[in-house]
Amino acid sequence: MRLNQLTVIEARAGLKAKKFSVVELATACLVQIKAVDKKLHAFLTLNDRILDQAKKLDQSGDDGRPLWGIPFAIKDNFLTEGLRTTASAKVLDNFVPQYSATVYKKLIEAGALCLGKTNMDAWAHGSSTETSDYGSTLNPWNTKYLPGGSSGGSAAAVAADMCLFGIGSETAGSVRQPAAWCGVTGFKPTYGRVSRYGVVAMASSTDSPGPLTKTVADAALITKIIAGHDVYDATTSPRPVEINPNSLQGENLKGKIIALPKEYLIGEASGLILEAVKVFESAGAQVKPVTLMDPQFTIAVYTIIQRCEVSSNLARYDGIRFGHDRSSFSYEAKNRSLLGAFSLSTGYFDQYYKKAQQVRTMIIDEFDRLFKQFDFYLAPISPGPALPLGASKTSAMFGELQDVLVEPSSIAGLTGLSVPCGIISGLPIGLQITGAQFDEQKILQVGHWYQQQTKWHLEKPKL
Amino acid sequence: MKLQPVIGLEIHVELKTKTGMFCGCSADHFGKAPNTNTCPVCLGLPGALPVPNHQAIDWAIMIGLALDCRVNLESSFDRKHYFYPDLPKGYQISQYDDPFCQAGKLSLASGKIIRINRVHLEEDTAKMQHQVIDGQKMTLVDFNRSGVPLVEIVTEPDIASGEEAKEFLKKLRDIIRSLGVSDCDMEKGSMRLEPNISWSESPEKLNNYKVEIKNLNSFRFAQQGIDFELKRQKELLDQGKTPVQETRGYNPQKRATFSQRVKETSADYRYFPDPDIPPIVLTREYVENLRTKLPQLPEALANEMVNKFHLSLSTAQLLSKDQLKLAYFNQYKNQVEPLELANLIVNKKIDLDQPPPTKAASRAVDLNIIDQVLKENADAVAKYRTGKTSVIGFLVGQVMRLTGGKVDPKQVQDKLLKALQVRNLQG
Repeated sequence: MRLNQLTVIEARAGLKAKKFSVVELATACLVQIKAVDKKLHAFLTLNDRILDQAKKLDQSGDDGRPLWGIPFAIKDNFLTEGLRTTASAKVLDNFVPQYSATVYKKLIEAGALCLGKTNMDAWAHGSSTETSDYGSTLNPWNTKYLPGGSSGGSAAAVAADMCLFGIGSETAGSVRQPAAWCGVTGFKPTYGRVSRYGVVAMASSTDSPGPLTKTVADAALITKIIAGHDVYDATTSPRPVEINPNSLQGENLKGKIIALPKEYLIGEASGLILEAVKVFESAGAQVKPVTLMDPQFTIAVYTIIQRCEVSSNLARYDGIRFGHDRSSFSYEAKNRSLLGAFSLSTGYFDQYYKKAQQVRTMIIDEFDRLFKQFDFYLAPISPGPALPLGASKTSAMFGELQDVLVEPSSIAGLTGLSVPCGIISGLPIGLQITGAQFDEQKILQVGHWYQQQTKWHLEKPKL
Repeated sequence: MKLQPVIGLEIHVELKTKTGMFCGCSADHFGKAPNTNTCPVCLGLPGALPVPNHQAIDWAIMIGLALDCRVNLESSFDRKHYFYPDLPKGYQISQYDDPFCQAGKLSLASGKIIRINRVHLEEDTAKMQHQVIDGQKMTLVDFNRSGVPLVEIVTEPDIASGEEAKEFLKKLRDIIRSLGVSDCDMEKGSMRLEPNISWSESPEKLNNYKVEIKNLNSFRFAQQGIDFELKRQKELLDQGKTPVQETRGYNPQKRATFSQRVKETSADYRYFPDPDIPPIVLTREYVENLRTKLPQLPEALANEMVNKFHLSLSTAQLLSKDQLKLAYFNQYKNQVEPLELANLIVNKKIDLDQPPPTKAASRAVDLNIIDQVLKENADAVAKYRTGKTSVIGFLVGQVMRLTGGKVDPKQVQDKLLKALQVRNLQG
């Protein structure tokens, strides 16, 4: 096994035992990037100082920091001081940030090494990575297929072992859906659990940074580091972080009551979800079918709120600063800005934005009731496996339709995990394990348990 | 149909908090080199997020309380969108549906009540400078002021003349200054006025036009501008014409307003609650606690001074609204006969950095200064306590320095020793 194929936990153990150096580990990732990324196009910008940084760590020696010497890839909407940050949008083509996102800062402070910035849908507007102003990332399982998105670059980089872990962000499915399509683990913590400071804003009321990893155990380790209250983000929760990556073991599903929303069992993925359900049932969990609000209504709610917030969040790119004028905006961004501005206009605000917020409250209430009776729910992440390249271009609502089964959880700010649960026609399928707000530890424990019972997360694409 | 002058005021006041409305930059932006007082938040960089300044919220509410407003226990910040180079985010964070304070009032000397519509909090914009550089006309943007806390006070259209407007504004300024939350310095732009003027049947039934005057930098100009504008509009109305709905400037040399920008439709700001800032929820107790922090407002204070010290009303009014003079008066009123002291301050205009030049006060030692010296020299006090009594000489020297040597050193030493003993007992 090559070093770049290791999980974070394995690599940390190896570094601690001095089985290899940080330079060797980082080099293994760089070699893999060089070998496969011309084909996959997961990275937009590489950190050309990484070997110097690795050397420095080797010289000073392992200081026991939780991510000491671990190379990672980060989505290009996270600001990285001194390293170009574009959010895959030509408007920010040569934007080199003067400050770093809190998530990035925390990872660097924990000893991690940034390999580079990964491709995404421009401004995170999409679920395919195909709307990137720099061209699509391709799915490592089959390069004729999309990797999903918007964190498609990070998902592909993890799946193709170009890094040990990746960082993404999701507004509705942008971590979990590419994780599912690329066959890796993706975790969306509760809204407000991880700081948005320094993340190019998409829809501020649902944006949630999260890790893309090779295992749930790695996801727990990374989330523990990036989570917590941030004085620079007024929407982060002051609650203490109750994630303990060292106590994931020992989950016993006996007596757990699991919901299986009937409305969510759509598409060809549902067969594999029912297979996964059997794994839970055989361990003594009770899985009960439930009826939830049809997720198609969430599409309307999410689309309106997200377009409104997008139109506002993109207003700062007014052509006066950042070096590129508004003609650099591509179709999707213009489309969303126009829809949002329209929905917020006098006379339409009540009809669209306000109504959408009211339905949002109904969705939140429905989940509150659900989690009073159930520990979590199981469903497909996406109705099916990855779609072929070009699919996003034929449907104006492509993203919303692919993310229909995760949108309710994003709108309600829940804890959501995606784990590989099978393969259809050579393409991976993701299972969502979704719990109440701030139930990170429980969901991670359950996900870790599932990966102890199954081997789907160990399947790798043949590159 | 008889028309009457209908005037409403919009007043912006910059708060003198230490930091910005949503960031840690200094709120004291005046006179600093351009763009040296900025951060990702007030520059509106990608990914930057606003975190509300609670001091500013408290102060905005205190202004509202001083103006007899109702305080909304649930309020929120909203985004107000418009495009302008001085607005780096493309929107200003302001308050729309749920401002902190609503429905207040302020009465004029005549007893007439001017109703206050709302008091809300927002962020200031950057400053634009129009210059010619290398023969080319340029507009430069200085972001030092961007994000400074700004309170907006909006009256109902209850004002009927330039004179009433001036009286209202002066009174408002005195109240805000007495709260210690803003300098209200028109020249530095920490207080800005925008009157809306029209002739209507009544304040309840507004005419189909209104004219706003901008960039008025004194109360006198506000009065003159309003009166000019009333006259200009009346002449048009008398001829059967309707004045154009527009924004006008004021030229003090010509004592006349001039057209700046015609507003045919009202702008659509596409307000919506800022998703970066959770709603602000206050308790009744919290608001009542802020109310207890309100100082006696200038009018009540002046009345009290007339009754207690037998000052003339005009002297008492002058003292009550000038924070420096008032502090000086309070400092020395127990040592110098208050009537004489007030006279020295108001009429003789004595130097407020020196003690009052009277026999009684010249040799007296102010206990406040003794206290101050002991507080500021905790090290010396500690040494004294451990037996190094020689430090008393140093402490005497500090008092002499602060009083400009105008007090008796022997008396200073006695008072210092006494104070140290008291502290010893307490300690």
